[in-house]
Amino acid sequence: MNLTLKIWRQKNISDKGGFKDYKVTDISKDMSFLEMLDVLNEQLSDKGEDPVHFDHDCREGICGMCSLHINGKPHGPLQTTTCQLHMRSFNDGETITIEPWRATAFPVVKDLVVDRSSFDRIIQAGGYVSVNTGGVPDANEIPIPKRIADEAFDAATCIGCGACVAACKNASAMLFTSAKISQLAMLPQGQVERKERAEKMIAQMDSEGFGACTNTGACSAECPKGISLSNIARMNREYFAASVSSENV
Amino acid sequence: MIATKIPNGPIQEKWTQYKATSKLINPANRRKYKVIVVGTGLAGSSCAASLSELGFQVDVFTFHESPRRAHSVAAQGGINAAKDYKNDGDSIWRMFYDTVKGGDFRSREANVYRMAECSLALIDQAVAQGVPFAREYSGYLSNRSFGGVQVSRTFYARGQTGQQLLQGAYQALIRQSAVGNVSLHTRYEMMDLVVVENKAKGIVARNLDTGEISIQEADAVVLATGGYGKIYYLSTLAMNCNASAIWRAHKRGAHFAAPSWTQFHPTSLPQMGDYQSKLTLMSESLRNDGRIWVPKKEHDPRAPKDIPEEERDYYLERKYPSYGNLAPRDISSRAAKEQIDSNHGVGPMKNAVYLDFKDAIARDGKAAIEKRYGNLFDMYKKITGMNAYEQPMLISPAAHFSMGGLWVDYELMSNVQGLFVLGEANFADHGANRLGANSLLQACVDGYFISTHTIMNYLAGETPNVKIDQAIVSNLKKETENRLAKLLAIKGNKTAEEFHKELGILLYTKCGLIREKPILLEAKSQILALQKSFYKDLLVPEGQQINFELEKAARVEDYLELALLIVEDALQREESCGAHFRKEYQTTEGEAKRNDEEYQYVSVWESIEKNVFKLHKEQLEFEYIKVSERSYK
Ligand SMILES: Cc1cc2nc3c(=O)[nH]c(=O)nc-3n(C[C@H](O)[C@H](O)[C@H](O)COP(=O)(O)OP(=O)(O)OC[C@H]3O[C@@H](n4cnc5c(N)ncnc54)[C@H](O)[C@@H]3O)c2cc1C
Ligand code: SF4
Ligand code: FES
Repeated sequence: MNLTLKIWRQKNISDKGGFKDYKVTDISKDMSFLEMLDVLNEQLSDKGEDPVHFDHDCREGICGMCSLHINGKPHGPLQTTTCQLHMRSFNDGETITIEPWRATAFPVVKDLVVDRSSFDRIIQAGGYVSVNTGGVPDANEIPIPKRIADEAFDAATCIGCGACVAACKNASAMLFTSAKISQLAMLPQGQVERKERAEKMIAQMDSEGFGACTNTGACSAECPKGISLSNIARMNREYFAASVSSENV
Repeated sequence: MIATKIPNGPIQEKWTQYKATSKLINPANRRKYKVIVVGTGLAGSSCAASLSELGFQVDVFTFHESPRRAHSVAAQGGINAAKDYKNDGDSIWRMFYDTVKGGDFRSREANVYRMAECSLALIDQAVAQGVPFAREYSGYLSNRSFGGVQVSRTFYARGQTGQQLLQGAYQALIRQSAVGNVSLHTRYEMMDLVVVENKAKGIVARNLDTGEISIQEADAVVLATGGYGKIYYLSTLAMNCNASAIWRAHKRGAHFAAPSWTQFHPTSLPQMGDYQSKLTLMSESLRNDGRIWVPKKEHDPRAPKDIPEEERDYYLERKYPSYGNLAPRDISSRAAKEQIDSNHGVGPMKNAVYLDFKDAIARDGKAAIEKRYGNLFDMYKKITGMNAYEQPMLISPAAHFSMGGLWVDYELMSNVQGLFVLGEANFADHGANRLGANSLLQACVDGYFISTHTIMNYLAGETPNVKIDQAIVSNLKKETENRLAKLLAIKGNKTAEEFHKELGILLYTKCGLIREKPILLEAKSQILALQKSFYKDLLVPEGQQINFELEKAARVEDYLELALLIVEDALQREESCGAHFRKEYQTTEGEAKRNDEEYQYVSVWESIEKNVFKLHKEQLEFEYIKVSERSYK
């Protein structure tokens, strides 16, 4: 198939940036979206032009590196990561618009590459169990009902890609943050720090410049791992419970 | 002479003995020491977090934008531990035995025993962190079996075990960057190792956003930079996996062990076209229920469902009746390659074999299979567009894991003092073939439990914070700057990616699953020619700042040198063992034929100058396990 690509080009963080059109030909339907971009980049390099920078690594939908707003949707038309999207989802002759994630808390570094370190800082604020190496009980001394373990697992599958933020008109990071808060709130290991964790992570999320949540559910609908909105509801309950009995005023 | 520093005493007591007698540093003095950790996979994150918890200063470097992206995240199947929760006769001893045998008697007994011993505590640690391993309805942990063993000792978290373990380690690390002494440097690539008087004293790092080169000093350096299977270009590794950190350390004096021992995973998806950039793994756990077969007839054009039972060759079950579809990886991969090479391959490029769930679905029902492997079947459909509930999966062997790596002693220290190498980057516990679910374990125990003690033992003998001579610092900086400037100045017409692809095909066909002297010699001269062409024809777009092509070019430059050593190593070892199969050395039944008399050693290579290497030997002694033919019949 032959395609026209409308791609956001931006030299660096301070550059204004803008769209540029490119043509690619002879694209196989079995190629992944990123392999299609590889073809474009070989083409650009051969012409002595700067290749399009985009984030990627594992190319199997688990590292959370790949991003891209494709035709107005994070990770493109399917509910999957961009690296797992194949060209069979597009039509011959189509024009495809490719942009970086757009959010104040995810500044564009170059072309389609954004800086998501704000996510790390949210986790850093409390997204863990404060256990040091060593001195822990035997694993089977903490039995966890399967239903709860499974539900916690569902929340833990978040890959930190940021599509939820990109999908939200307010660029809210509620889905990402709630996934970690929920996982640890459900597990017995997370109980000791439960209140403090919710408060601190939410405070960090707000200070990073992520927007407010208006419950439209766009995040969950675009999340490649299907992280459920119920996590946001749980986080709100956690936050409420924490703030009525807060020790960190 | 190679000093392994294995403690005396019975194998069951060596590690306890080591810990009891190793040197300690008073808690108040620990903060005077700084350790650099390169890599934030399971090995790096766990080591950095644990060292910081003890009170050391830790500077962490990764080229990733976040520590959570390291390729440990991609491990699917599980992690082994000899917990014996299943009451099926497992024990540390059995795990030790399975691993030594699985590695085809080419690993160090004392190290392997320690890994099995530490496996118990590792599962406890992960659970305490909140890693959501699979559980039974009782609420207790669930286990499954994996290739090469007859007990169920594998803990798993659906098909995302690596992701979940890494989150645990990442969270421990990031917590230390808030409450402890970790300082995190993301988007930094290690370009070189700083060695002063045969001691590792820091690294040369490049800030990938600004392009700035800096010297980072420390009292010890830990490399936990993962595997280099990506040298084959098509592999199950991530696009950015590389050998550069360990290769540069090698060029500074660290010995490289068993470079050619690369594991090919038997259940990857096959290549579908030449545009392809990576091969996706289907977890080996599928082999618990799937049956592997090919048509008996050569070039059989029929669809799988049209081939009657008696015209199918379930070759693993036929050749290895007691292990069947769970035969170890090297054996399964090689068997698949033989079928493909002898015109029994299936799929559009005739480069695959079938993995069939028809019988399992008939036996347990579709719902049960869906529950067990639903996410894998979904992934298969997403990538190939095919439905594995209705037709068998297409699978094929793919480059996957580097058993080889920098040589380390019992303390996980290289011959360069103060340089510790952990996880997949070292050559340690897996011998000539790694058993499934043992490497997440190795990366974790190296980081959480072993290196913490051995690094402290080393530092206790060192004066902290000795500044490096400024002349050395500025020279080293210049060297790297010049190296990159040179790559940019070639201005040829071929991208680094093209060179990498070419190298990959060359290695895969000539130094892959099956090796042979004349072909290896051919490979050697072709790699040299490719290297020449690289310095003449390489094209890197302008730009000292953020420039992914420049990053790639530097990594491919290193791959081209390592490739030569890989071939050298494969040539030198005139026997077959584990993943290293020399066509000239096989039994009458076509199995790997070891030559224990002459080759019961680890090949340890020293870098003399560019493309010139010298062999040293670490003789392997087997005191506890009787060396035998490795049979899975
Ligand atoms: C697809 C797949 C599935 C697997 N499944 C299993 C399984 O089920 N069970 C099992 O036991 N094992 C499995 N393995 C193997 C196992 O995952 C790895 O061996 C293990 O995770 C390696 O961990 P590590 O910490 O050594 O390295 P990695 O996790 O690869 O981390 C390497 C780190 O080093 C950094 N780095 C590398 N070079 C540089 C440099 N020059 N400068 C700065 N930073 C650098 C990277 O950024 C990264 O942070 C699998 C492997 C693959 C590829
Ligand atoms: S919640 Fe979903 S969309 Fe958001 S970061 Fe996690 S995986 Fe990505
Ligand atoms: S590249 Fe890793 S999730 Fe897409």
